[in-house]
Order: sequence, then C-alpha cells, then structure tokens
Amino acid sequence: MDLKKFADEIRLYTMKELNNRGFGHYGGSLSIIETLAVLYGKEMNIDAAHPDNENRDYFVLSKGHAGPSLYATLFLKGYISEETLMSLNNNGTNLPSHPDKNLTKGIDVTTGSLGQGLSVATGVAYGNKLKGLNNYTYCIVGDGELNEGQCWEAIQFANHHKLHNLILFVDDNKKQLDGYTKDINNPMDFVTKMQAFGLNSFRINGNNISEVEEAITKAKENEASTTAIIMDTIKGYGVTAVEKIMNNHHLRPDCSLQFELERAVLELENKAKGQVPYR
Amino acid sequence: MSELRQIYAETIAELAKKDDRVVVLEADLSSSMATANLKETMGERYINVGIMEAHEVSMAAGLSVTGHIPFVHSFAPFISRRAFDQVFISLAYSKNHAILVGSDVGITAEMNGGTHMSFEDLALMRVIPNITIYEVSDPQQFKDILYHCYSHSGLYYIRTMRKKAPRLTDQICDLKSGYREIIKGSSGTIFSTGFLLPECMKAAENLAKKNIHVSVIETFRIKPLNKEMLIEAAKKGPIVTVDNHSITGGIGSAIAEVLSEEYPSKIKRLGVDEKFGQVGSTNFLKTQYGLTAKDIVLAMEKLVN
Ligand SMILES: Cc1ncc(C[n+]2csc(CCOP(=O)(O)OP(=O)(O)O)c2C)c(N)n1
Ligand SMILES: [Mg+2]
Repeated sequence: MDLKKFADEIRLYTMKELNNRGFGHYGGSLSIIETLAVLYGKEMNIDAAHPDNENRDYFVLSKGHAGPSLYATLFLKGYISEETLMSLNNNGTNLPSHPDKNLTKGIDVTTGSLGQGLSVATGVAYGNKLKGLNNYTYCIVGDGELNEGQCWEAIQFANHHKLHNLILFVDDNKKQLDGYTKDINNPMDFVTKMQAFGLNSFRINGNNISEVEEAITKAKENEASTTAIIMDTIKGYGVTAVEKIMNNHHLRPDCSLQFELERAVLELENKAKGQVPYR
Repeated sequence: MSELRQIYAETIAELAKKDDRVVVLEADLSSSMATANLKETMGERYINVGIMEAHEVSMAAGLSVTGHIPFVHSFAPFISRRAFDQVFISLAYSKNHAILVGSDVGITAEMNGGTHMSFEDLALMRVIPNITIYEVSDPQQFKDILYHCYSHSGLYYIRTMRKKAPRLTDQICDLKSGYREIIKGSSGTIFSTGFLLPECMKAAENLAKKNIHVSVIETFRIKPLNKEMLIEAAKKGPIVTVDNHSITGGIGSAIAEVLSEEYPSKIKRLGVDEKFGQVGSTNFLKTQYGLTAKDIVLAMEKLVN
C-alpha cells in the first residue's frame, strides 16, 4: 500500500468529518495521521472482518480527544461506514469525541480521561504476554498528557516487566490545551527521560512516513524493553489553515475559517483524486 | 447574561488585587475557564500546573499550609473523582482552606461525552466530613459564594457550568439560609440546583395552569442542607427533586435522607438513574435522562393525585 496516499486519505476524511460536525479537536487529530497510516496501513495485524481475533495487534489512543483521525482510519479500513463517520458527536452517536470500546467497532480501549490509556496499554501488553501471544500493543500519548503522573507509573511498570511487545509513541507536537508545553510545564527532552526510566527511546520526525516505518522496525528489533518513539510533530499538520493558528487544540470555526477549512478539503480531494479507496 | 467562567475570573481578579494570599490554580483548562488572563495581573500567584489534577489538589494544600487561599479549578470529573484521595487527605483530613471549583457539570459537558460527564461528583464530595458544597445558577450568586468561601476558612466544593446563565430571580442569595424560593406555592415543592432550575420553573408554571401550585426551591448550598426549611416544605405537600447528577448521592438523595428521619414525606427523585454520560446537546440529554419540565410535571402530578 502507498502509505503516503493512505495518510492523505485519512487526512481528507478527518477534515470532512470534523467540518461536517462544525467543531472539534483539529490540532491533535491531524498531528498523528502519519503514525496511524503506518500502523493501520502496514504494521498492524488487523482485519475488520475479524475484529475480535485475539492474535491481532492492539491500538490504544491514550490522547483520546484525537478520536476523529482514528475514526477516519477505521472507516478507510472498513470498520465503520461513511454514514457512521459523519455522525461524529451527533446526539445519540456511536462516534463520540473520545473513543469508546463499547460503541465503535475497532476500538480496543476507551479513553478520554488523559493519563489512563497508557496504563491500560501496559495491561493489554502484559495480558497478551501472559497468554503467550506474540502480538504487539501500540499506544499514542500526547506530550501534554505526559504531565499526568499516572503515565510515569505506567512507564515504570513497562520497564520493570520488560514489555517489549508495547510500542509507545509520544506525539511531541509541543502544545497542549493552554499553549506550549514548555511554558506550562517544561517537559525537557523526552528521549533522555524515557531512557532514564529504562526504556529504549529515540526521536524521529513523526510527520514523515518512512521515519515512522523505520522507527517501528527498530522498536521490534529491540526485545529487551519497551520502546518509546518520540515524534516531533506539528499540531494541525497537513492543513495550513489549522497549523497557523496558535490555539488550535479545539476549533469552533467562524465563517472565514470555515471557508478555509472547506478549501483545505477540496485541496486534499484533488490530491487524492484517481485513488482507489483503501478498504 | 454573563458567562459564569467570566464571573469566576473577574471575582478572583478582584480578590487577588486586595489580598496577596489569593492564588489560582489550573490544570491546563485555563482557556476553558477564562482564567488565562489572570497571569498578567496575578503573576506567580496564577499557577497552571499542566494536566496534573492530583498534583494540583495536593499542591494547593501546601499553599494553604503557607497561609495562601487557593482557588482550584478543573472540569468536575477531574477535580472530584480523578483527585479524590488528594481532596480527602491533603485538603479535608488535613483541615486546609481551599476552594475547589468543578465546571462543566453533568449534562453541560455536552460534546465531551461520557468521560467528561460528572454524575457522581456530588456523591463523592458529600461524604467528606465538614466540606461545604454549593452549586451555582447565576452570576451574582457565584460571586457572593466565592467571596464567602474566600473569607471563611474551610474546604469548599463549588459546582458550576461554564457558559451563559440567565438570572433566574431578583432575590438576593442569602448565604446563611443556603436556599432561595424562586417560585412560591402551597401544595408541594420542586427542589433543584443549577442548570435544571429553568426546567423546574417551567414545570411549576405548567402545574399552576392545572391548579397545582408548587414552590420551586433552589438549595444552592447542598451541604449542609437547611433542615428546618426542608421540614417546612415537606409539611406543604409532596416533593420532587431534580438532579443534574445521579439520583444516588445527589441533592434528591440528600433531601430524602433528611426527611426520612425528620419528616417522612412523599418524594420522587428525578435524575440520572444507573446510567453513564454520553455525547449530546443539553436538550437531547435532558430528554435522554428524563429531566425535562414534562418529566417534572408528570412526577408531581403522580404524587399529588
Ligand atoms: C484527566 C484529564 N484532564 C484534562 C483533560 C482536558 N484536556 C483534553 S485534551 C487536553 C490537552 C492535551 O494535550 P496533549 O496531550 O499535548 O494533546 P495534543 O496536543 O496531542 O492534542 C486537556 C487538558 C482531559 N481530557 N483529561
Ligand atoms: Mg500536544
């Protein structure tokens, strides 16, 4: 599969979905799309026809507010219909802002209360190890989310139990809700921190498909510990109108921004033209 | 109509101006609570700790130990259930002075859905010995309560919505009594707080058309409740309580506990019954959980007849 094109499609449907609802977490949904493309387009052993296969790989979106781009991915992989995708945050929806494992096919873990997803992911990894399975658990946490002490409890656990079957991505987009992470609670260098906690860790450009691919290969080669891939990303990546807004965590666009966001969809559509949908 | 978050920020700015002991704490929800600008006037007394609610609460205790008066905000589920042991031990058990503010309560969390929708914060907070709990419904009242909490040492939990709130009554809010009778009636009482009061008022108007004249009483101080007032109300007739919260541990539960011992009465508790939160507009959610004026009218009619 052409992962670059797959990422473009995920971005297109993420924008359609959010624009259709008229508000949402644009910034953090857009920054992880390359990671989702590599995971769902190549790395993960998953099948929409058998979502409960216990040998499948698991995915935990610990920064749950980025649900919209995960939903767009699940749509393109055949888990949910376009109609469902467009029901994001409607009254009575099966697609709430934050992923819910009891509502949406393809969601393994319910998230939205920051800091809990990574702990759940360590439980999934440990549980699968207990069962003697050789599958992987992938988890994305936010750089702001790593403020939460619980994340570091999970990291200590992952290290102590050498959960090499857990691969952690830190979406280091340098921003949280109220602004830059460095202004709110300076995170220092995540690589050094993760290494100090005993994890295998290195930094990549998380908006670059081949760097994400290589990083996962490297993580899988390391059987001694959990790998934490620190991803330099841009909050709102791939949609200039969103990237250039300072406070782009949650947007409720006015008319002029709506116009720009609709134009972004047209551009993404042109880019994707001629492609077969990925199902 | 002012936004309650604006009132929160303005009031803290006023208090901070006249008293250096006032500090304000946020956990990465400053933009949501309109407090971001306080940094300019309050300098280092404005503290945004990041997404660390447990730390935020225990750290506030340290500030209280050094004689400061911390106003501590997060969304209601995060300041209550997320940081409960910290609230219990660092603040309550240690007898520190702090004002906890939980916003986006109950169904007003709307599109943030189930993970952010607190139907249990009152139940949790109510069990803490000697805590004082308020739920606010209008701007002036919020301001009065904040001033009160500032000037009387103790632990407080204030439950509030963030956005626009209409002024429901011209009556001033008597903090000694802890309640306001928004509509007067002789044959029964509807009790509620906060966001659902307008539904209760609408219900009372509709009941009046059917010749059932009930009071609507806002028990804005949820703990301690005014027992004498409850008993007097119970003497008039049946009671319907309306909670933007679980019926377990909410205001209906608190009122029923008092009256079952002091003046056993016919009571119907409306509220969220064994359900979690979900995504939706407040209008949709009111219908989902049976919290509309129509539900209130039906409940009262059933008790009266
Ligand atoms: C426990 C908890 N506290 C607060 C929030 C509110 N909240 C939602 S997203 C967010 C900021 C997240 O920042 P980050 O992890 O960096 O996410 P990203 O930049 O990827 O969007 C906050 C404070 C929450 N969802 N959960
Ligand atoms: Mg971030």
